[in-house]
Formats: sequence, structure tokens, C-alpha cells
Amino acid sequence: MLVLGIETSTSQTTVALGSEQGIIAATVLSTGKMNHEVVMPNITHLLRWAEVPISSIGGVAVGLGPGLFTGMRVGITTAKTLAQILHVPIAGLASLDVVAFSVRYSRRLICAALDAKRGELFYAFYRPVPGGITRQTDFDVGSPSRLTAELEARPEDVLLVGNAGLVYRRELEEAGKHVEFASAAYSFPAATALVELAIPRFMREDFDRVYDLKPYYVRKSDAEIAWDKRRRTG
Amino acid sequence: MRVLGIETSCDETAVAVVEDGRKILANLISSQAHLHEKFGGVVPEVASRAHLESINPLITMAMVEAGMWVADIDAVAVTVGPGLVGALLVGIAAAKAVAVALSVPFIGINHLEGHIYANVLTNGPIDEPYVCFLVSGGHTMLVHVPEPHLYELLGQTLDDAAGEAFDKVARFIGLGFPGGPALDRLAQTGDPEAIRFPRAAIDRGYDFSLSGLKTAVVRYVRDERAHVREPAPEDIAASFQEAVVEVQVTKTLAAAADKGVRTIVLGGGVVANSRLRSLMAKGAEERGFELLIPPPELCTDNGAMIASAGYYRLQRGERTELDVGASPGLPLQAPTSERDPA
Ligand SMILES: [Zn+2]
Repeated sequence: MLVLGIETSTSQTTVALGSEQGIIAATVLSTGKMNHEVVMPNITHLLRWAEVPISSIGGVAVGLGPGLFTGMRVGITTAKTLAQILHVPIAGLASLDVVAFSVRYSRRLICAALDAKRGELFYAFYRPVPGGITRQTDFDVGSPSRLTAELEARPEDVLLVGNAGLVYRRELEEAGKHVEFASAAYSFPAATALVELAIPRFMREDFDRVYDLKPYYVRKSDAEIAWDKRRRTG
Repeated sequence: MRVLGIETSCDETAVAVVEDGRKILANLISSQAHLHEKFGGVVPEVASRAHLESINPLITMAMVEAGMWVADIDAVAVTVGPGLVGALLVGIAAAKAVAVALSVPFIGINHLEGHIYANVLTNGPIDEPYVCFLVSGGHTMLVHVPEPHLYELLGQTLDDAAGEAFDKVARFIGLGFPGGPALDRLAQTGDPEAIRFPRAAIDRGYDFSLSGLKTAVVRYVRDERAHVREPAPEDIAASFQEAVVEVQVTKTLAAAADKGVRTIVLGGGVVANSRLRSLMAKGAEERGFELLIPPPELCTDNGAMIASAGYYRLQRGERTELDVGASPGLPLQAPTSERDPA
């Protein structure tokens, strides 16, 4: 089964095409600015280079964040609409899960953390298990100092993965020597890993409903935060 | 040719199917006004979140409404600007996906051109040259159109757009959001001659300015209250509306005479305003201009106007590249597509 993976919840834009036999084609664009308008041309290029017609896509996998709101919406809308028009199943996966999955061969506790901009990061903790990872905590958003305190409080060795480790390295290093930073190569959720993770879901027909699929926002919009505050104090 | 039109530039998610640029097969709008009401204005992040949730069911419903399969879509047109960047991107992403999944042509449309094409949906192709007055929540501009898709800007607002000023004055006299339509309704019971508000920027060529008028309304109410008089809101609404509309009509008629055109075209959400429609109709008739006004339901943002503009551009062999992004400040004169060399 041919699966198209779309991941745009960070400043990196990446798409991949693969099956149970592995990845056939993938593109990664990580120039530092948001490049999500190239998602669709990248998909058409992949299909052309791989010499497969779009009708041979059997499923669409998409990263749901948590991540950067506008980017998530471009990837998720693209994925939902392709699935809708092509009449194929869709599977949404958390981008933090995808990041943690890329270091699943570690024996340590894994902390996946992605830059949330505005001085904050999205994060969750994972344990490696045979065949993958299991998430131990809900997705959270907070300042680097908050995550540093959480890491400090954990007595065991932790592998920290994700681009928040690059952006907030200095603050997070203060958690102590038991925290190791994974290589920068694993900093972003990879569309290739997304496809790999999605295929078993498609196999057991564990699909999402196109109309219902939404990003993991975790953080409310600024207007809603201000509104809640006004209502509480007013 | 059946064109799917998608519009998500502000707070309405809109999907339409239009045949041959004129025949509306479906024209669905999911309004988010209730989501923004408590904030007293459109919140971009709230709008973008709602677009993402509405766009896919709306595409399905448009197919049901039009009695067709998605495979019957021959081309896709989408608003690429101006508007809220995050909101635009949702519609653009959906439109690209439909076009690629179906292998049909894709074209990006300027939202303002869409408002002009609301007239084409009603009356068929407009004979150039003409002068167009575009007025909405975000825009007030006078445009000369010497030939199809060629836009020469004659003047625009130097501060507030008309719709914006209507909303602000409506809020000031205690009407809810969006205040424009409520103000229009209230004004119908008031006396437009009750208060003589200044005719703003009447000497500024074809440019418009409304901030001074807004201040005059606020000052008037404050002065009245200082003299322990409570001004009638319906008179304020009617007199304010009169001051705005009179200037708009005067400048539009002057521009049409200046450019030597026979036709005046209106477009945009504020064209739903009843006083603007009647005063412009009266002025055009007296001066011998043909006046085109879309019906109120096509004045507000919709997908049909985008599909119509898309159809006529596609007929000229124009296409938009799939890497197009959102252009929040896109001028009407800017290109949104290229002639296909093939
Ligand atoms: Zn509009």
C-alpha cells in the first residue's frame, strides 16, 4: 500500500512516499523560514519522480502537531482534502510522537520537545518499548525553565530530542548531566518516520475521519486567553 | 466548464460551483460571525481554526447542492489575497489539493476582483471600459477598468475602510458586531438631515477619509450629553450614513465622468447598504450612467464570485503555479496568474 506522508508542523516542510517495503521518495526543506506553500509542488514532484500516478496513493498520513499553527493547518488541510477527493483513508499522528519515534532504540526515557515560538516549547515524555515508544504524559506547552525543572525532577537518564533542544540548549542544559541532547539530525518530525508509523495503522484499518481531523493546538489563541482572563477578573 | 471556487480570506468559509462563469450551481457560506462576536471583531487565529474545520464538509455539501461528483469539477479557483494570511492559507491548501487530486487547472484570484465578478454572475460579462467602486469591511477604492483584468487605481481610503467605520460607529451607539447591517437598518427609521456631519475628504481627489467623520460623531454625542440631551441613535445612524454615502456617490460619479465611461460597477460587502444603493442609483440615472449592482447576497464574501473570475481568467489561458502562497496585502493590480505558454 502506497502512503503519502505530510509533515509541516515545524519550520521544516517534508513529504514522503512509501509502503511496507520502505520509503520510495521524500523531500525536506528546512531553510529557516516557513515554506509551507511548497507542500503541494513537492507532492507532485515526488509522484513524478517515483513515476506513480496520484491514483495509486492508498492512504494519507499527516502530522497533527503540536507545532506552529499556520504550518499545521496547511499540512492538515492538504492531507484532508487529498484524502477526501481521492477517497482514501487518512491517519493523523502527533508530530511529537514522530520525533520521539526516531530515537526509539534508546534505552532511556525520551523527552520530545519542539519549539513553540514566543519563548515556549511543546513537549511530552516517552518510554521506548519493543517495536516503538509509548507516551507517558499529555502534550504540554511551557517555558524552557519549566521543562528544565521537570527534567531536574526526573532522577533517571533522559534523551532530549527535537528542535527545542537546539533553540533552548543553554536553558535546558541546566537540568543536569543526566540529560543528553540527541543529534540535530533528529530535530524535526520526519515525513519518512510518519509514513513508517502510519502503515501499521492503515493495515489494521485504524483510520481517522476526514471531517474530524484537527491539529493538536495545546495552546489557546491569544484572543481566547485574553478573553478568559477578562472573564475571570471581570 | 464547472469551476470550484474557494474563498477563506476573512471570517466566512465559502465554497461554490459555477458553470461557464455565470451559472451558480452551488454557493455555500459558513459564517463564523458567532465565533467572533464576543471579541467585537474578527480574530485571525479563531478564523483560521474555523476554516480548517469547515472547508472539507463544505466541499462535500457543495457537490450535493450542485448535484455532481467531485470528478465533474473542471477547474479550481481560490482567493490568494488580500486577507488574513492564516485564513487564506487554509483555502489555498484545500484548493491546490482538489486541483492536484483531480488533475485540473488551478488559478489564484484577487479577492477584490472577485467582488467585481459578483456583477458578472448577475448580468453577464461587463463591457469595458467602466469605473468600479469597491467598498467593504477592509477596502474603499475607486478603480478604472479599461480592458478585462486591467485595473487602474484612481483613489482609495487614507484611513478607515467604510465597513470598518460603520462597525465602529455602530459599536459607539450601542449596536452589536457586525454593526454595518444593524446601522443600516436603524438608519432607515432616522432622519438623514438631522445632524449635518462633515463631508470628509470631499476635496481629496478620488481618495477617501473617514477618521474625521468618526471623530465628529463621537464629539457630537459628547456635546449633546454635556447639555443633558440624549441624541436619538437612529438620527445619528442616518446622518452618519448620509455623510459617508454622499461622498462615495459624488466621487464615483465624478470618476466615471472623468474617465468618459458609460458604466459604473459596485462591489463589496458594504454595497449591501440600502442608502448607498439608492443614492448611487439616483445619481447614475440623473447623469445617464448604466449602474451594475450585485444582489445583496452576492455582495458579501462568497465562493461564486471567485469561481466566476477564475473562469474568465482560465478562458484566457491563465494558470497559477502550485507554489503560490497567501498575499495578505495583494493589490488589485498585481498579477495572480500567468498565461500558459502551452
Ligand atoms: Zn470581501
